[in-house]
Amino acid sequence: MNKESSVINKIFHKNGRAFGSMGYFIILMLIFLIGAPEAWLRPNLHQSVFVMMPTLIFLVIPLVFLVASGEIDLSFASTYALAAYIFAILVKSGIDPALAILAGVISGAVVGALVGALIVYGRLSSLVASLGVLFLLRGLILVLTQSRSITMMDELENHWVYHLLVGNFYGFPMQMLWALAFVIFSYYLFNKHVFGIHIHHVGDNYVSAEQMGINVKAVKIKTFMFVGLGAGIAGIFTTLITYSFFPTQGFGYLLLALAAVFVGGTPYWGGLGTIAGAVFGVGVIAYMEVGVIAVGMSGVWRQFFNGLIILLALLGHRLHGDRVR
Amino acid sequence: MSNIIELKNVTKKFGGITALNKASLHVGAGEIVGLIGDNGAGKSTLIKTLVGVYSPDEGEILIRDQKVSSWTALKAREAGIETVFQDRALCPQQSIVWNIFMGKELTYPFGFVREKEQINEANRLIREIGFTSKLINADSPVGNLSGGERQGVAIARAIYNKAELIILDEPTNALSLNETQKVFDFVKNVKKSKRSVLFIGHNIYHVYDISDRFVILDRGEVVHQLTKNDVASPEELMKIMRDTIVQH
Repeated sequence: MNKESSVINKIFHKNGRAFGSMGYFIILMLIFLIGAPEAWLRPNLHQSVFVMMPTLIFLVIPLVFLVASGEIDLSFASTYALAAYIFAILVKSGIDPALAILAGVISGAVVGALVGALIVYGRLSSLVASLGVLFLLRGLILVLTQSRSITMMDELENHWVYHLLVGNFYGFPMQMLWALAFVIFSYYLFNKHVFGIHIHHVGDNYVSAEQMGINVKAVKIKTFMFVGLGAGIAGIFTTLITYSFFPTQGFGYLLLALAAVFVGGTPYWGGLGTIAGAVFGVGVIAYMEVGVIAVGMSGVWRQFFNGLIILLALLGHRLHGDRVR
Repeated sequence: MSNIIELKNVTKKFGGITALNKASLHVGAGEIVGLIGDNGAGKSTLIKTLVGVYSPDEGEILIRDQKVSSWTALKAREAGIETVFQDRALCPQQSIVWNIFMGKELTYPFGFVREKEQINEANRLIREIGFTSKLINADSPVGNLSGGERQGVAIARAIYNKAELIILDEPTNALSLNETQKVFDFVKNVKKSKRSVLFIGHNIYHVYDISDRFVILDRGEVVHQLTKNDVASPEELMKIMRDTIVQH
């Protein structure tokens, strides 16, 4: 074996799961391209994906960290709305939108940390406890808003922070650039930083991690906090794009974001995860949402195909083998 | 000779069960101490308390004659105590290099890892230990290794950190003869370099061979502390152990 092919082998071996999800993405794009070339080459189809994709990326990438740490979270879909709500009421009370964004994002991180602390110190199942938080926070928002939306067209339209975050950069949506920056940052955090490495250890074998002096509880709480932070960012980006907060915001992303994590090739059992794979997972999910209609099928087929692709993706990722012990 | 670590009257309970009852133990500099006892005598609990994985319900822990409070696994490692746990304490899905540096990564400021340096060190260590085959490199996941090779990774981790005291909890369990000999050679090397070892085992012959001093644990209590001069042979050590268990 020559050296070059062994390097390629190594890269493929190390990133097999990410390449797998890239494969699904390419196949899906080809199907849509062949099925509806006209719709597919029209830019407004992609523009609608460019609204959804960044939001999903801010939600899904932190979830990869959390799943790799051996936990799961559902409450992010409500944290998303809470951060957006805090942002909206601050803007409405006359506070500068830039500061309101900061407050919203921080509130997301704080909620995430509290959820993490509840699960870690209460020794609760993260699936069930975060389900509780999901309803609790959503209920709180509904009570506080009395189910009313908040529109902020006047306050946001000409503000610099709007143009910086979700404006246009030579015709390219700014939110995609921020999402890209977030992906690159997260990649290094997950694979090259002590925080990410400790997440791998904790998710792989928390007893070993503890014996080697890693503060397992702190790692988990910080990871939940990161999920809350991502949810806060996602909520605020969507609110900026649409100029409005509405109380059911984010609920639709709950299952789509989780699907993107697993379609992206992160196994459910902890200790492993892939950021690049998750990005392709997001691509698959986001394009599914518009692609079904673009190829001329009725929108009622969307969930069916979402389900189909999740199952096919899981079967495909199975080829990367079982958990090693 | 000062003690690297000392446990004084340590009690540890799990629910209603007393795993350790006023146990005391010390390890001096350059000393090899053998900790023996039957299954369930509390050896592993004693070790885990010693290295901060469990916190004792009563009693004191002294490091170089200084009493410590809120003793944790990280503090033990920072104090120069490394442990090769009975379960090896490895993460099988992660690479050898990540396992060797687990919890003590080499970092730049802000916590980013010095990858090249870690890989070079890991490759040097696995060659030095001689446990692992030439096909294995620092990037291989630990899950692909045999039991002996995994033990090699756990030992490599302990020696990298230049510990003054290395604790080996049943290090020869499930190892081949050849691998067991490597563990003994390793212990002798550590002794030559004037560092200390606390060796836990239930094979009396192994423990007798390499220890300077013996501590016998039975049902959570330290029942005997003997030097090699007190015991003429492994058979005698075995007899002492058996008698105490009967009397107890």
